[in-house]
Amino acid sequence: MEKRQDGIDRRKFIKDLALAGTVIFIMGPEVKGAEIGEGEKSETHLYGMGIQVDKCIGCGRCVYACKEENNVPREPFFFRTWVERYIITVDQEVLVDSPEGGINGFPEAAKEYSILRSFFLPKLCNHCGNAPCVQVCPVGATFTSDEGIVLIDDEYCIGCRYCIQACPYGARFLHPEKKIAEKCTFCYHRLGRGLAPACVEICPTGARIFGELRLRSSPLTRFMRFNEIQVLKPDLNTQPKVFYAHLDGEVR
Amino acid sequence: MEHLFEQLQQNFSQIVGYIYPNEIELHWGILIVVYPYITGLVAGAFILASLERVFDVKEVLPTYRLALLTALAFLIVAPLPLLAHLGHPERSFEIMITPHLESAMAMFGFVYLWYLLVVLILEIWFEYRGDMVLWSRSGKGLKKYFYYLLTLGSLDTSEKALWFDQKAVKFITIIGIPSAFILHGYVGFLFGSIKANPWWSSVLMPIVFLFSAIVSGISLMILVYGITALFRSKQIDMVCIDKLASFLFYTLIIDVSLEVLDFIHRVYESVESIHIMEQMISQKLFISLVVVQLLIGTLLPLTFLAFTKLLRFPDELKRLIYFVTAILVQIGIFSTRWNVVIGGQLFSKSLRGLTHYKMELLGIEGLLISIGLLIMPLVILAILIKILPPWQDRTAAVS
Repeated sequence: MEKRQDGIDRRKFIKDLALAGTVIFIMGPEVKGAEIGEGEKSETHLYGMGIQVDKCIGCGRCVYACKEENNVPREPFFFRTWVERYIITVDQEVLVDSPEGGINGFPEAAKEYSILRSFFLPKLCNHCGNAPCVQVCPVGATFTSDEGIVLIDDEYCIGCRYCIQACPYGARFLHPEKKIAEKCTFCYHRLGRGLAPACVEICPTGARIFGELRLRSSPLTRFMRFNEIQVLKPDLNTQPKVFYAHLDGEVR
Repeated sequence: MEHLFEQLQQNFSQIVGYIYPNEIELHWGILIVVYPYITGLVAGAFILASLERVFDVKEVLPTYRLALLTALAFLIVAPLPLLAHLGHPERSFEIMITPHLESAMAMFGFVYLWYLLVVLILEIWFEYRGDMVLWSRSGKGLKKYFYYLLTLGSLDTSEKALWFDQKAVKFITIIGIPSAFILHGYVGFLFGSIKANPWWSSVLMPIVFLFSAIVSGISLMILVYGITALFRSKQIDMVCIDKLASFLFYTLIIDVSLEVLDFIHRVYESVESIHIMEQMISQKLFISLVVVQLLIGTLLPLTFLAFTKLLRFPDELKRLIYFVTAILVQIGIFSTRWNVVIGGQLFSKSLRGLTHYKMELLGIEGLLISIGLLIMPLVILAILIKILPPWQDRTAAVS
């Protein structure tokens, strides 16, 4: 009787397990989507990015992935995202470099410097809540989407470059062929399909965290809960949506 | 495109320190230097014209109409450098049709059209209407109909009608002064309101632009008046040109005081950006800022003008001094524009490095086009003078 009971239980357990597995299999991508946003556009989404500075190893895969994904010109003068290396010497000298945006990684630091501390720092458009580029665009070709993402209308931009001047972060460039301003879109075309931005997906150390800012359960909110957060150039009141954990005071 | 990449590669080798990778391309080149230079001349020439009409400075009467035509000639050309600079000039009309009202630049179309249509053309029309009626009556053939067309059929030359013309001119000038202030103050605001750029971001920027505009306008009128008198083999009216030189002297003092104030303020506040500014001035802007703008374009003219006030010179020598001074002031103001526009892009917003500007000779954003754009207003002015002779020395000015 007991055995029989056990058997039924085991059978039921296996059945339930299979069912749960099926559900997880079917729901899987949806669950992943839910982490960054449900896919469908809705006013409830508000996206941001977190960057765990001490996790970045300066491999430059994010720069490469971004250029691949978004057809960014390969020449080393145009970047939607790039990685900087900071070396602070014992004499408090600050050396910064970003050879070709860090796309091929970084050469070994010169031996003559006595290094006090050093770190890599990914940068991209901060999708500012109070975006100077949006403010200055004379035709409104640069705008903030409902999801808080600063975008550019390709067919509307007149190529005056005022936005490039107004961006304090150097996040914009003029596309050499299209002659319009360009910058990071948080891979807007991927978000609609529930995918994370290319740079986030490729990062081997998980230094970039993408997600919802309003949901308490999103990975980004979790990241912001457990880390001390800074933004770049807070004095300019641009209200960035790229949040850095353990940001060094030397970063500009 | 290959050419652009080659140029950027060259710039790359000139970088000092660290700049953001997207900053290698310098976006506003010589065309954007020419633009505020030209609008400054427009505003300055108009303000000079208003001196006679509103503030009753009768001495400068010989330059009144000439100044209006000069302002118009330069204003016609003013949007061209902007247009030539756009990545998509064919979309430029979007600024007018769907302006983004928060953008300072979106106001350009409205400020420009207001100034062109409501202020300058209207004032010139009222000022010349009586004369145009006379020219239409005395003219023959095409000329007759041409001026008739210009009068728009308003042929009344009664005393009352002419009195109304003069009243209208005065009224438009009164509106025109703040408009001229807006036209060029606005250009200063375009730069002054960019908080991302510590070289530009200054509340003084519109005021400095305005006074430098008046300085450039007056000195331009000294040159235009002098040269036209030479071509017409007329004696230069010394009372008039002395007065112009006096105004140039005073406005130059105000202009240089404002710029010195700005400089002292920056040095005294000594915020983070001061180090890179210092580096930029000593390494990249020394010639154009210290030598050309400050010494040749400001201090030398001030000294010359002070001498003409303190010492008695023969008229001929005085005219020569004024002429040389006016040329120096023009060079100085052009380099002021250069130092603002190009200077503001020579340092990285990371405040850790300097970049480089290599001016092209050919190409749409090159030196030749810019020179063309600077010559074009003079050609337009010559045509305008032909159509609407501005000479008023027949009665008052020969004194």
